[in-house]
Amino acid sequence: MSGALEQHLRGIRAEGRGAFVPFLVIGDPDLETSLALTDALVEAGADVLEFGFAFSDPPADGPVIQAADQRALTAGVTPPAAFEFLDAVRQRHGTPVVLLMYYNLILQFGVDAFYARAARAGVQGVLVADVPVELAGGLVEAAERHGVAPIFIASELTPADRLAQVATRGGGFVYTVARVGVTGEQAELAAGLPATLARLRAAVDRPLLAGFGLSTPEHVRRVRAAGADGAIVGSALVRQIEAHLGDRPAMVRAVGDLARRFAEAAREEDVRC
Amino acid sequence: MRSEGTFGGRFGGYYVSELLVPCLEELEAAWLEARDDPAFRAELGALLRDYAGRPTPLYRSGALSAELGCAVYLKREDLLHGGAHKTNNTIGQALLAKRMGKRRVIAETGAGQHGVATAMAGALLGLEVKVFMGAVDVARQRPNVQRMGLFGAEVVAIEQGSASLKDAINEALRYWTEQVRDTFYVFGTAAGPHPYPSLVRDLQRVIGEEIGQQLAPGKPTAVIACVGGGSNAIGAFAHFVDDPDVQLIGAEPGGDGVATGRHGATLSAGRPGCLHGSISYVLQDAHGQITETHSVSAGLDYPGVGPEHSHLKETGRAEYLPVDDAEALDAFRWLARREGILPALESAHAVALARRLKGRFGPDDVVVINLSGRGDKDLDHVAKLEEAGR
Ligand SMILES: Cc1ncc(COP(=O)(O)O)c(C=O)c1O
Repeated sequence: MSGALEQHLRGIRAEGRGAFVPFLVIGDPDLETSLALTDALVEAGADVLEFGFAFSDPPADGPVIQAADQRALTAGVTPPAAFEFLDAVRQRHGTPVVLLMYYNLILQFGVDAFYARAARAGVQGVLVADVPVELAGGLVEAAERHGVAPIFIASELTPADRLAQVATRGGGFVYTVARVGVTGEQAELAAGLPATLARLRAAVDRPLLAGFGLSTPEHVRRVRAAGADGAIVGSALVRQIEAHLGDRPAMVRAVGDLARRFAEAAREEDVRC
Repeated sequence: MRSEGTFGGRFGGYYVSELLVPCLEELEAAWLEARDDPAFRAELGALLRDYAGRPTPLYRSGALSAELGCAVYLKREDLLHGGAHKTNNTIGQALLAKRMGKRRVIAETGAGQHGVATAMAGALLGLEVKVFMGAVDVARQRPNVQRMGLFGAEVVAIEQGSASLKDAINEALRYWTEQVRDTFYVFGTAAGPHPYPSLVRDLQRVIGEEIGQQLAPGKPTAVIACVGGGSNAIGAFAHFVDDPDVQLIGAEPGGDGVATGRHGATLSAGRPGCLHGSISYVLQDAHGQITETHSVSAGLDYPGVGPEHSHLKETGRAEYLPVDDAEALDAFRWLARREGILPALESAHAVALARRLKGRFGPDDVVVINLSGRGDKDLDHVAKLEEAGR
């Protein structure tokens, strides 16, 4: 049975366009500004909102997201405060929300309590950056108990047996790594991306969203052309936060403008054959 | 993976980015195969003997024996080439890297001992070495930075976070994620994702095996070792874990005192969590953010600990006690004056704990302290502390 998130993404695909999924760290640089930035992302055409809870030691993230985590932690953002932020987002917008987490924050919140609270905040999917699919049994059960999709990552390095587990255990969409590495902007995407997407497509019947390293609207067009159903963009947007730290209106404008260009690139007529 | 790599079903695992799982899988398979290959074992054994100087002596310390009122032995890992037990691990992993056809190895380092030992093994075996080290540690462990340079390794100073060991590990993990295809990560302690806790223990268990042989037909009443990530301690303990007569005691860095919050006593004051790829005790705040640690000794300044130690603690098989900076510094000076042996500040924690446990042992008891490294690297740091009046 596929949930609301997957249906939402399939609907976008049926319209012949790609999904645009921006990523922010909750509370970067503070909770109030995050809310204004979220408004701007929705207005720019975000199809799904992806949020991260700041963690002190994020080994899957490059320098831009690390700095965002630090800003949020300095602003005093805790997981309970992040959930209240998500409650506020839900009151303002109907856009589906997914979370990118590190495992320790979930463990310390309590696994079941975390997914229960996430569900109450309207969260539709959760990806845990440091839990591989075969160790995620307890998380998947808790997610499903509360109607949250357990999202997993796959890359060109993921072998067939583990991809099969992503297919059976996962939900929502497959987070497809556009370039092997950590998060961050990159000049080049992986040359093998079309082949990787084709392999994933054959193994997993679920929308494929590409992320990691997408820094320009052109990259979004390219991952769409390579066969992705949409694009996740984090560091490039967060970079705009960093660049306008002293000036909130300019920050919100810059993030919104850039997001609009990404959204338009994702929306372009289906470029696949 | 052939195994989930847990200890007691609860601690351990490999909680890493999806991208790293295939190479941990490759590492696990390569290690299981090498471990059982007589040719690999012969090559490793010969290097440990002829190049690194194993077996290391088990020395009966007159001064400590008189002080504790029982036989006290020092396992002299400080005499191993490189000046610490770390060489047991790095030669083993570097040989494994070569066997796996990797040309480049990376490592994290705190005190610089693991970085030096990796650089040394790289020079010996013709591997390119890149070492990640917190900027704070680069400043407080200068001689080791120079040694790594002489061995041809590149040292990358890390400014992120608290700029010490945990941040160096984060950065090494990031670099590895970028370069998985041709890079081997030589992990420095018995922590991190599976298979490292087991791999590092297997390579360090020679310490306890030799202690067993050197005391035969007798055996120790207690084995005492300092615990940072836990490699020298698990190396000293592993051989005795199944013998309930042998007490296993770990000395954790108590910093300014556990009550001050400025310490690195993970097992004494932390709680289970997930850091650097495994479930184990972690020093963290109420929400799970990793807290900054403090210790006079850079090699113990780490908010995590190997998962097998968490298991040994929870089952009561081993006990772990904090030793604060002042006590460790006192033991450092005491051993120098009384035995002419300068221990690493890390190892001084084990010496200090043995002295504190004095009343526990009787005349027939045999206590072994694992002297994990020598203290030359700490001279500058201790001199500065002395100027500051400590
Ligand atoms: C001499 C010495 N002893 C102990 C340690 C702590 O590490 P572990 O707990 O892995 O033995 C270090 C780490 O750098 C060290 O240099």
